[in-house]
Amino acid sequence: MNFAVIKGASYGLIQACNMVVHQGTTQTSEKRKNPDSEYLKKLPEQLRSFEETVQYPPNQAYIGNITPHELADIPRPWYENPLEDANRVGKYGEIMPEDEFIGLIKVVDVFDLVFLEKNFQESAKEKIIIHPVLKDLKGVTKLEKDGMDIEEIEKIVQREYAAEPIYYEHRLVGYVKKAHDYDQALSAHVMFENLVSKASAVYALALLFQKTDLKAQEVDYIIEASEEACGDMNQRGGGNFAKAIGEVCGCVNATGSDTRGFCAAPVHALIEAASLVQAGVYKNVVVLAGGATAKLGMNGKEHVAKKLPVLEDLLGAFAVHVSENDGINPVIRTDVIGKHKIGSGGSPQAVTQALVTEPLEKKGIKFSEIDMFAVEMQNPEITEPAGAGDVPKANYKMIAALGVKQGEFDRADIDNQVARFGMPGFAPTQGHIPSGVPVIGYARDMIMQGKINKAMIIGKGSLFLGRLTHLFDGVSFVMENNTGKVDVGTGVNKEEVRKIIAEAIRNLAGSLKT
Amino acid sequence: MDLENQQRIKDLTDKYGNQNLIVVLGGAEAEASGLAAETVSNGDPTFAGPLAGVQLGLKAYHIFEDEIKNDVAPEVYEEHISMMEMVLDVDEVIKEVKSIREQYTR
Repeated sequence: MNFAVIKGASYGLIQACNMVVHQGTTQTSEKRKNPDSEYLKKLPEQLRSFEETVQYPPNQAYIGNITPHELADIPRPWYENPLEDANRVGKYGEIMPEDEFIGLIKVVDVFDLVFLEKNFQESAKEKIIIHPVLKDLKGVTKLEKDGMDIEEIEKIVQREYAAEPIYYEHRLVGYVKKAHDYDQALSAHVMFENLVSKASAVYALALLFQKTDLKAQEVDYIIEASEEACGDMNQRGGGNFAKAIGEVCGCVNATGSDTRGFCAAPVHALIEAASLVQAGVYKNVVVLAGGATAKLGMNGKEHVAKKLPVLEDLLGAFAVHVSENDGINPVIRTDVIGKHKIGSGGSPQAVTQALVTEPLEKKGIKFSEIDMFAVEMQNPEITEPAGAGDVPKANYKMIAALGVKQGEFDRADIDNQVARFGMPGFAPTQGHIPSGVPVIGYARDMIMQGKINKAMIIGKGSLFLGRLTHLFDGVSFVMENNTGKVDVGTGVNKEEVRKIIAEAIRNLAGSLKT
Repeated sequence: MDLENQQRIKDLTDKYGNQNLIVVLGGAEAEASGLAAETVSNGDPTFAGPLAGVQLGLKAYHIFEDEIKNDVAPEVYEEHISMMEMVLDVDEVIKEVKSIREQYTR
């Protein structure tokens, strides 16, 4: 079988402290219920500086400057052990400050919905036109005009529902206006969220072109896998983010579509991409997604109460390049696919069984042959103070426990197995962003260096949140070292046929002797 | 405990009475399970939801506790819960839920 390969991955983080305050739903909900809330007063005091967020070890792991295993060696709490010489530029990606990102939102807006205060716009423009990844994006010239006076902005933002305000350093610097008079699917808030998702995904795609050999015009198809919906009142989730993102980045030969599956969407999309490439439909597919402002500061109340910095100040984004088998890059084993079926049952055991035990057992692969599992890679420093525990570790323990049930290890060995195939979480709690994908860049490197052979990438999703079903969901696949053999035939392996014929002739010769 | 579940439990108690209901918990951690047990008996201690200041007096048991575990068919328990017994601190969870239940209900 000519499996598709993973040729590269990029990862972007955008610090968005002001969006935490004004667009994070924990904060907007609190403002609605309790506008004089003590929490809302304290929150801004515990936001981090850009430097602090760059130096925060999990963020350096996300962009590839340290490996997740190196992160494990850094003592916790990580926010008290910054990496002093950390760079915003990483092996797989980059961390962007909020002002650049606000400028980027205007760059990707093609309906004249984003307006910025003229001085702010000028300074954002100055940064963007020299940024190696951003300067050649379609739409950068928009930053040369339409800068507004702050008084005008204030007037517009005060009109109810007219515009979603944009803040920087706690001052109003612009807005996203509604795209229709009364269509709620095109409200200012929805347009804001969708433009943020688009802009952050554009960042990840542009990073992919910078960090890898893939060129924009080589991309045939884009699959976007975030959790937003774009459309209008007649087709509320029609889409399509993928094509809009590709357009900004110059992917003139691509089309695309959006895949939705809650947090599991990126892994669904990767399996789809692998299948399209393996079937010969497309040569180069990119799976990507941007971040969500709604989730910023989601656990902020607990962080603020426990005197932690507001760790959920980042939008996450990624892009993964899936391509034809080149005999070199790690393959996506489309024959080792886990899926949580409609009939699987909802207990954690049923889910983990469906995603891990079943596909491995089917192909006779032992748990001990999987060198690395990528699960929900949320940073435990974010989730533990909120009472949600260490999510990756809990997942790893469940996988190890299933290995015990398969008779592969002893119960006493669970912790050793977790240490063998697991790693600390490091991704921001941005829903689809931490789900399996953050490990792909690292796993690919380790496979290419011959340090590991197989990694299993798992994505899970809570579909019940959409209120159409009580079901959970998940899919998984194995990524594996490329053996170097590339089938060029019509699907018949000539080597195998030769062997069969040779054996038949040997048997015939043997029977003639007697 | 999330607000929607608090409301559902409140509505069910209004409908069936607290003598005819128990709450079965499946929380992964002792603290969260204890909070849930307290919420359905003595009211939401975080004062966030519909059960803030509302004492339903419901008894909450964790699925790990013998009173519930023994009522489940062994093969079903094996299929759905046995893995979690290896993963979680079972004793701690049981201890927390039991102590909350004994503190706030009769």
